[in-house]
Amino acid sequence: MSELLDAFAIAGKAFFGFQAIFFALLAIGINVHFGYTGLLNFGQIAFAMLGGFGIAISVSMWGLPFWVGVLVGVAAAVVLALLLGLPTLRLRADYLSIVTIAAAEGLRLLFRSVSATPVTGGTRGLSAFNADFINLAPWDPAGRHQILGTSWSGGELWVALIGWLLVTVFSLLVWQLMRSPWGRVVKAIREDEDAVRALGKNVYAYKMQALVLGGVIGAFGGMVYAVATGSAIPDQYQNANTFLAYAALILGGAARVLGPVIGSMLLLFILQFADTGLRALIDNGIIPEALLSSTDVAQIRFVLVGLGLMLLLVFRPQGIFGDRREVMLDAR
Amino acid sequence: MGTSARRRPSRWLPGRRPLVLTLLLAAFTMALAMLMPGVASAANEAVTGTLQTSRSGPIAGVPVTVETAAGDPVDTAETDEDGRFSVPVPGPGEYEVTIDPEALPDGVELGERGESLTVTVGPNRAQPVLFGLADGTSNAGGGSVEAVQLLVDGIRFGLLIAVCAVGLSLIYGTTGLTNFAHGELVTIGAVVAWYINVQGGIPLIPATIIAMIVGAAVGALNELAIWRPLRRRGTGLVAALVVSIGLSMLLRYLVQIVYGGFSSPYADFQTQRTIDYGVFTMTNRSLASIVISVVVLVLVALMLQRTAIGKAMRAVADNRDLAASSGIDVNRVILVVWMMGGALATLGGVLLGLSDQVQWDMGFRLLLLMFAGVTLGGLGTAYGALVGSLIVGVFVQMSTLVIPSDVKYVGGLLLLIVILVLRPQGILGSRARIG
Repeated sequence: MSELLDAFAIAGKAFFGFQAIFFALLAIGINVHFGYTGLLNFGQIAFAMLGGFGIAISVSMWGLPFWVGVLVGVAAAVVLALLLGLPTLRLRADYLSIVTIAAAEGLRLLFRSVSATPVTGGTRGLSAFNADFINLAPWDPAGRHQILGTSWSGGELWVALIGWLLVTVFSLLVWQLMRSPWGRVVKAIREDEDAVRALGKNVYAYKMQALVLGGVIGAFGGMVYAVATGSAIPDQYQNANTFLAYAALILGGAARVLGPVIGSMLLLFILQFADTGLRALIDNGIIPEALLSSTDVAQIRFVLVGLGLMLLLVFRPQGIFGDRREVMLDAR
Repeated sequence: MGTSARRRPSRWLPGRRPLVLTLLLAAFTMALAMLMPGVASAANEAVTGTLQTSRSGPIAGVPVTVETAAGDPVDTAETDEDGRFSVPVPGPGEYEVTIDPEALPDGVELGERGESLTVTVGPNRAQPVLFGLADGTSNAGGGSVEAVQLLVDGIRFGLLIAVCAVGLSLIYGTTGLTNFAHGELVTIGAVVAWYINVQGGIPLIPATIIAMIVGAAVGALNELAIWRPLRRRGTGLVAALVVSIGLSMLLRYLVQIVYGGFSSPYADFQTQRTIDYGVFTMTNRSLASIVISVVVLVLVALMLQRTAIGKAMRAVADNRDLAASSGIDVNRVILVVWMMGGALATLGGVLLGLSDQVQWDMGFRLLLLMFAGVTLGGLGTAYGALVGSLIVGVFVQMSTLVIPSDVKYVGGLLLLIVILVLRPQGILGSRARIG
């Protein structure tokens, strides 16, 4: 029983930890793309990777200040969004999806390749670039803090605080934007692109703006992840993360301001609880070793997410908070 | 058949769900899934490997010594006439494998990795050890010879992608579904063939045929258990696309749990010496891969052109409502497309496993190149998939002339983006399809 409580406490930490922030920011970006504008961006993790490596390369390799690194990451994300959007935003939705997933995988392969090692550190990645940021913490970054039975280091707490601040800021931004005339045009594009075009709006430009905005939010997610882990490794930015963020968004409810945030917290909680719980059950022999060994638990989580994503889409596409009429399910 | 004319005009046509068949197939697949770990755990841990170079062929009679990480001797063995060795070890853990460089024939030298290698053996795994022997051929040949070599290799790879991608393109053409789980059909096919071949001890060719039947069943199960019911519910295409991503994750990580994160070769055709054709060299298994791909693709083309079901497929892909109203049973055609796609993906998976070994995410990595090929040729057209895949395969291999080989896939993905700028409908596609 105490193990179950421990699992609950560890999962509770995941509820507020940097990974929930990471997925929340990815999902807020995807919400701008998919939820509001109807763009199928399956390469969100590439934006996060550029954000994380923007800081890592600027600080570790070029010796620039931390905040310049943040700007580099944002600029890289903007450039990527323009590059991806230019050829595909005039085409049907699934073309963007294929190109973005291809770009994300291609960029990861490029970053981990031998020839990129002098810049990105190759498969081993880069580290030691977050000291400037961690030392800004108003408390001792190395000290331990007990909060509701979970243990946090000062640095973790500082990253989490700033991360949730970012999530709040971007949620407010999305909320205000979607109430503005710009937001109404973007949502109209999701519903009927031709009608918007007939009203004289430049659909292509609006889609591009949405793609850039969502991509930059995703880049901030990557920065939080890189700063929190203190390292940037290309293989951390696997395509599966994009789909985890999609699962979080759809779980919470697409086209809702708080949908991606609540969805990410819940997803991380479920994943961590399943992980710790399954390990405890296996260690205690309740689940026989022959059926499932503890090394398989990490994969089981992805199996569950895949299954959950399918079931959600089929039976409750609007998620917890969403409105079924607002969820973009038909390609134009 | 006549009833289909009265169905409402929709991209996703309703149809009757043969629930019994679905359950039977599900039960069969479950049984198979339960069987596999059982088969896997019957084997014991070992280190295996093959000593060969392209010029000398397999090297026999080389003593191989295996020690534990602490230096305790485990066993010694000699390579057989196929150059192979296999030394059983007491359990999972780290082992040091040493070969005797004195016993190597003239002209063959140790590679950069030296005479001793430390390997980690997983539970129930025959861990392959790669010594990387050198015989001076790796850097031989001028630029043009190398280009021809890469061209031939690119044609092999492109044909392989085409075999996998024909199903993807036909499924897109007939149902409108962008199936992100198609790569898993490739992986499942290759892994099923691996279990039948390596664990079951059946030669690879019959094993492949059995695996293709299983692959067709998996394809049919996809259609009957998921996509046909979803079409009946009127699920939108974007929702279906995200469902296919969920399915892809589900299957991919299930394969990793059942099969493991290792890469293993098939038991047959591993020890082949390359044959010199003048301007290029090739192993017989690469040649066979090309011949099999060409024959299969010609058969597919003949089927599409000459047979009734092939004509029906093209009709459904061209205009589904018109096909339905002229008496074609659209759901039956789609089922056949899925079964064919599953069988072809399996064959492609086995061919890929022959050249690159079997891995849990091999299909997913190939998927993006399949998409590149299919988009390049024109989404939804069977012949477009063929032409596009061939171009992607050749481009990916030839690009290693100028870029390092570990980023060669990036070149293929870049080609996809460039093509979409220049000619979004693809080489053989029609403008109406791209929106």
